[in-house]
Amino acid sequence: MENTTSKPQPISQPESDRYWAGLKNEEIWLQRSVTTGEFQFYPRNFPISDPENGIEGIEWVKVSGEAELFTFAIVYAAPHMGFAGDVPYITALVRLKEGVIIPTNIVGVEPQPQALSIGMLLKPVYEHSEGRQTLLKFTPA
Amino acid sequence: MPNKSKLQNLSGLAHIVGVAESNKLGKVPEKSPLIHHSEAAINALDDGGFKLADVDALFTAGWSTLDVAEYLGIHPRYTDSTSVGGSSFVIHVAHALAAIAAGYCEVALITHGQSGRSDRAPILRNPGTPMAQYEAPYGIIGPPVSYGMAARRYMHEYGEDRTRQAMAEIAVSTRKWANLNPMAYFYDKPATFDDYHNSKWVAWPFHLLDCCLVTDAGAAIVITTPERARDAKNGSVTILGAGEGHDHSGISQMPNLTKAFGLHTGPQALEMAGITHSDLDLAMIYDSFTYTVLVSIENLGFCDPGEGPDFIASQRIAPGGDFPVNTNGGGLSYTHPGMYGIFTIVEAVRQLRGQAGERQLDNCDLAVAHGTGGLLSSTGTVVLGVQ
Repeated sequence: MENTTSKPQPISQPESDRYWAGLKNEEIWLQRSVTTGEFQFYPRNFPISDPENGIEGIEWVKVSGEAELFTFAIVYAAPHMGFAGDVPYITALVRLKEGVIIPTNIVGVEPQPQALSIGMLLKPVYEHSEGRQTLLKFTPA
Repeated sequence: MPNKSKLQNLSGLAHIVGVAESNKLGKVPEKSPLIHHSEAAINALDDGGFKLADVDALFTAGWSTLDVAEYLGIHPRYTDSTSVGGSSFVIHVAHALAAIAAGYCEVALITHGQSGRSDRAPILRNPGTPMAQYEAPYGIIGPPVSYGMAARRYMHEYGEDRTRQAMAEIAVSTRKWANLNPMAYFYDKPATFDDYHNSKWVAWPFHLLDCCLVTDAGAAIVITTPERARDAKNGSVTILGAGEGHDHSGISQMPNLTKAFGLHTGPQALEMAGITHSDLDLAMIYDSFTYTVLVSIENLGFCDPGEGPDFIASQRIAPGGDFPVNTNGGGLSYTHPGMYGIFTIVEAVRQLRGQAGERQLDNCDLAVAHGTGGLLSSTGTVVLGVQ
């Protein structure tokens, strides 16, 4: 357990500024390869499906956020002091319609295994907080 | 890609001549990580009949070899701080084999020391990594959450009830081995299936008894040339095969949640050693969680994906079973300071040399040690044998 009581915040990097800026406006912007058409998460300075193409091979695309639950866990023992007041909470990997997998939380459901099923449809929820990046969470569609 | 014929020529060109733990494992607030490193180093060298002054190569993880060599007062001519999680020390064995065979060094020392339970210095993580940027803000921090999500996906693909039963089997079997190991944290404490199912949730689907211990501990390994191994005080073990690699760091980037990199390193290590699965007498498999053992057995190729629960059923991996796994009691019940991988080698060597006390296997001539590091991220597999 780490000692700080504040939650770790995303530190946006040059390659991801556009992603985090999008979330502030409740928009999800993903990178896609202009040659292969493959989406990728997280943002990089080149397409991993066509690396030699470099930054020229990347286009940013606004997507809907329609997703399905790929897997989840329900956290009872807080792994960081910042989450001590949140347990139990649901962590998840969700698969967006475009094929990429995103780490997130599921909110708006009881943190019970029977309340969640793999493949259930999800929609985005934007969690804003003053002076911090907006987090992209999901809830049942 | 690995060159198979060159690897087969490398097989057997270095021997493990010494293994040891630090002097006290478990809850040891009176000792720092570097005390564990140094105690284990001296003990392992003594086990082989060597002195610290003989060491010309140092390998460690979690710490830089700069700090460990300075503390030990040695000046290595070969240095390797490869740090890819708890599997690192298994990978170091392979690196030592290559370095010795190439002539860079003759007496390689691998050390580990970690006060997972009592360390006075906090672990600092780089806040600039993709994992810190995309996972940590959502509370996806630390192994139970990430391994738990992988296990939940496995349950979806292969059946929740049989996965749960397999995880319970592994927890109970491993504890039975610990009850035969006086160095084990749970030496005096048996555990039943009911204890497993009634233990509290850490990160569903993981009960407390699915999760490894958090202890203070150290261990070390001494590796040398076949020539110098002839003088080893307590016998030597040959390094026959090895494989290493990784395919992600954070769990959300794992290419296939139910298949870890052992899928590649297991077959490579066995092929280099020129053996098949049925030749092996012992499997030492890094058990950060019960699930890690289940998926590793499949990855290593002992059975097909999804067949792990049937393969290990009915206490087959427990004392008396015909497929012994983690005879020291594992990270689950013996010790787990954070980066446990080195202890898989320590126990394999003891079993192969016939020095495992009450838990000694009959006819143990070939063993595989398999480390998984990070968040199912990296694996290192080593095949060890005695003539």
